Amino acid sequence: MKPTLKPMILALTLAAALPWSSHAAEYRQVQADQSAITFAYQQMGVTMDGKFNRFTAQLSFDPERPEAANATVDVDLASIDTGSAESDQEVAGKVWFNIPAFPTARFETRSVKALGDHRYEAAGQLTIKGKTQDVVVPATFTAQGKAGVFEGRFTLRRGDFAIGEGPWAKFDVVANDVQIQFRITANAGE
Amino acid sequence: MTTHYTPVAKALHWLIALLLFGLLALGFYMQDLPLSPQKLQLYAWHKWAGVTVFLLVLVRLAWRVTHRPPPLPEHMPRVMQLAAHAGHVLLYALMIAIPLSGWLMSSAKGFQTVWFGVLPIPDLLDKNRELGDLLQTVHLSLNLFFVVVLIGHIGAALKHHFIDRDDVLTRMLPARNLEP
Ligand code: HEM
Repeated sequence: MKPTLKPMILALTLAAALPWSSHAAEYRQVQADQSAITFAYQQMGVTMDGKFNRFTAQLSFDPERPEAANATVDVDLASIDTGSAESDQEVAGKVWFNIPAFPTARFETRSVKALGDHRYEAAGQLTIKGKTQDVVVPATFTAQGKAGVFEGRFTLRRGDFAIGEGPWAKFDVVANDVQIQFRITANAGE
Repeated sequence: MTTHYTPVAKALHWLIALLLFGLLALGFYMQDLPLSPQKLQLYAWHKWAGVTVFLLVLVRLAWRVTHRPPPLPEHMPRVMQLAAHAGHVLLYALMIAIPLSGWLMSSAKGFQTVWFGVLPIPDLLDKNRELGDLLQTVHLSLNLFFVVVLIGHIGAALKHHFIDRDDVLTRMLPARNLEP
């Protein structure tokens, strides 16, 4: 009895483990309705916030091989919601985003590093208004059933991208720092 | 026999009057400007001054409930005395309602008021565009009504002074200059 049971248990254990270890869940199907990109900044000491209603993201992330992960996020700048129609119209103009000439902002990862405890760091390039900057974006990853949720925030300086030129170029009324916060939900593919 | 308002009442009356004229002028002026840093700056000043007036009006109301103002001249008919009281009640109500509507409008529009850039005033309402637009109309309508009531108030004071030739206007003026 004994000599036959052992290999069977081993085989069973292996079989149970196999589907998970050989091709682990890879998250790549972005769920737009459960994702959000918001921003916040200071206007004369008052925190103001807003969001982008439309963006697309392509990503692939395998928690077991985070260094192989990559993501590209394209934000449709015309979908901005600053909280007032007057401001939405204003920021579309030349001195802000110049949306007719530069309709999207893009973030593209170059490398992803695991920091442990579900925390990661994505280094990449952010392009807005024709200007590209290297940025490091910290993010957490949480698996929720079939879905995986990426959340994080980072700060960009609007001056680096010429967002708000001319009369807005000084930072006394609208601050330079803009906090970007995101939550991207992606389902695991097979 | 003293027929004058107390120095505190006079100081509050004229300080608030000065601020109110500034606020009315600034409010109508700023709201037409194209969006610019100056416009945002003016909005912030308007809101700070508006909150200041609101607080001063509260102090003034506290003075009013603890003091009896000098009586109206005896030559005034009873209805006119009632009308004068009603007018004053209306002025107080508007001086409370206008800043309140401004504050609520700012909350609903998602622009928190931070008094002099230092003291955040809590937002009583959540961000809501329709409500914000509605409150803007309320703020504007109350202000237009206020202008009408003010014209009546100033007109009445001038009538007392130049036509009735009584002391209704002078008793609110600084005492030293007018009563030797
Ligand atoms: C007694 C005090 C106040 C007076 C007499 C006053 C008067 C005015 C007037 C005349 C306008 C122009 C209305 C229009 O054309 O739409 C205005 C606009 C405005 N007021 Fe006030 N106001 C007062 C207090 C406040 C306060 C306390 C706040 C906010 C905390 C405030 C916020 C605003 C804003 C945001 C606008 C611009 C509305 C827009 O977006 O067009 N006001 N005010």
